[in-house]
Amino acid sequence: MSDNELKAPDQSRRKFLGAGAAALAGAAVAPGVSLMSVAEAKPLDQAVSDKNRWGMLIDTSRCATGCDACVTACNTENGLHRTEHPKTDAHWIRKVELQNRSTGRRVALPLMCQHCENPPCEDVCPTGASFRRADGIVLVDKHICIGCRYCMMACPYKARSFIHEELHDQVEYAPRGKGTVESCTLCVQRVDEKGERRDPACVEACNAEGHKAMYFGDLKDPNSEISQQLSTYESKEIRTDLALNTGVRYRGI
Amino acid sequence: MKKVTYAEIEGRSPGFYGLLALLGALVLAGLAAAIYMETNGHWVTGMDNEIVWGTPHVFAVFLIVAASGALNVASIGTVFGKSLYKPLGRLSSLLAISLLLGGLVVLVLDLGRPDRLIVAMTTYNFKSIFAWNIFLYTGFMVVTAVYIWMMMERKMNKYYRPAGFVAFVWRLILTTGTGSIFGFLVAREAYNTAIMAPMFIIMSFSFGLAIFILVMMAAYKWTDRPLGDAVIYRLKNLLGVFVASVFFLVAIYHVTNLYITQRHGVEKFILAGDNVYTTLFWVGQILIGTLLPLAILYSKLGRSRTWIGFGAVLVILGGIAQIYVIIIGGQAYPLDIFPGYHVLSSGFADAEAYHAYTPSLPEVVLGIGGMALSMLMVTLGVRVLRFMPTSLADAEVDPHAASQKAA
Repeated sequence: MSDNELKAPDQSRRKFLGAGAAALAGAAVAPGVSLMSVAEAKPLDQAVSDKNRWGMLIDTSRCATGCDACVTACNTENGLHRTEHPKTDAHWIRKVELQNRSTGRRVALPLMCQHCENPPCEDVCPTGASFRRADGIVLVDKHICIGCRYCMMACPYKARSFIHEELHDQVEYAPRGKGTVESCTLCVQRVDEKGERRDPACVEACNAEGHKAMYFGDLKDPNSEISQQLSTYESKEIRTDLALNTGVRYRGI
Repeated sequence: MKKVTYAEIEGRSPGFYGLLALLGALVLAGLAAAIYMETNGHWVTGMDNEIVWGTPHVFAVFLIVAASGALNVASIGTVFGKSLYKPLGRLSSLLAISLLLGGLVVLVLDLGRPDRLIVAMTTYNFKSIFAWNIFLYTGFMVVTAVYIWMMMERKMNKYYRPAGFVAFVWRLILTTGTGSIFGFLVAREAYNTAIMAPMFIIMSFSFGLAIFILVMMAAYKWTDRPLGDAVIYRLKNLLGVFVASVFFLVAIYHVTNLYITQRHGVEKFILAGDNVYTTLFWVGQILIGTLLPLAILYSKLGRSRTWIGFGAVLVILGGIAQIYVIIIGGQAYPLDIFPGYHVLSSGFADAEAYHAYTPSLPEVVLGIGGMALSMLMVTLGVRVLRFMPTSLADAEVDPHAASQKAA
């Protein structure tokens, strides 16, 4: 899904918000005061830039066994419904429970597209439908996805799903299509909602449950909470050996 | 060497029309299967989000690999100057184009959006080996068509050697590309190895030649044209060498993996698992596809045409089993997303010991439809153009051997 496509449904509202944000930014900068959320704002006719890199940190020690609030929230936000054929249902995020083979320690964590800096899915995609935005979000342009599924063969995290049947009741900001491949978008519709950028649905739900196991933010902003956490505490990427520099990091595995 | 005379086949017998009708029906059935899968969506197939490439890919890859191998017969004549192979060049090239087209049609019809073929032909990501392959496949057809033209058109005869050389190099690169589709998959333990490219090349030699031998024997028998032992024995000996070479590369692939501790899991899964892939490997690929054909081709049985034909059929069956094990077995073994951890649950099949896959009827019918399309093209090709020498009798292709035999 291209950036433009995602913005298409509510251009006017967004233009208004963008103008508002710009005005607010001007007002804020004028007296020499800088508000972080506003400073991040970009006019809507401007492409995303590499000034940001959106990412996530999962604190597995806070991820509760048996809780799947993040999964439910993702499905609701992005219009993923269970079908009559559960074997081929799409999963953008899943709750994984693990046990260390040698120590027996148990860990629970949510797993989704890791938004790699060097995504294998992007490398193998013949048409360029799999792509990485300048701000680090890995997406599928569903207008040029031919449904070859090579990206699914290449993804080390099994983060992608192929749409096996006709879909109904889609949400307008997360269009999906039979015969194409899709995965977690980091709720790009929320990320692009400038001026009032909201956390992805999974993070919001985790916080609402009081677990606070998921942090979302700008990895390039040294003052963001996620950067502070990452610079203070140990964390790692899944499949570090592949050197993909993932945008999603985990603590406690 | 005598001048070789080529002629179209007569193509008026009930047998000829019967063959056309049979192949045509299979092609239509394949098309119907594809339409059924596309209109319903892929949930009607055996596929899911774990096994994303199913039976159609097995058939498609088999045909594409065999296509480049089928051209070898022509290359041996043109590039390596072996006179016995020269009369076979045209048929070899026709078979190569036909097999490739059959495979590509299956591949395209199994896409999620086959209607976007034009997108695949116009929008490229050149880092993708898939994108490269689109050029390699279409280019192969053009290069081979030009090669056929140079062989057929007397005025262009002088250029046929360079054309044959280009086709030979192109086919090697093409199969390198096909093998690398798997070789470049960093995350999966069954793939991610450079040996995929050379292994696919040798596989192509073997599968392509087996199909060529069968097509040639059938075509000459059904048209009552003479086919001497010289050609057949030479080709069956070569097939034996190729079958043994495939076995060698397969052995290196597995021994290397067995040396790497990280890959013991996938090796155990394929070589000693309680699953269909272990059976397909040992019974299909090794016994039926390797040991039995070698025993047939290099024993006294190898003097009989029936047995040679049977040996070629076994090589083909073993080849399909091998590609099934590579493509589907390689996906059935779950990704090791969390090395050092055991997955207890995930709601997305991560905790499965291995992913199950059962081919559905439409997938098999589509694959067979692709094979039938290849054979239909060959049948029509030899009917309308001069692909087949009127005689491949020993005296025509190898006078030296023929005179020795007479003496």
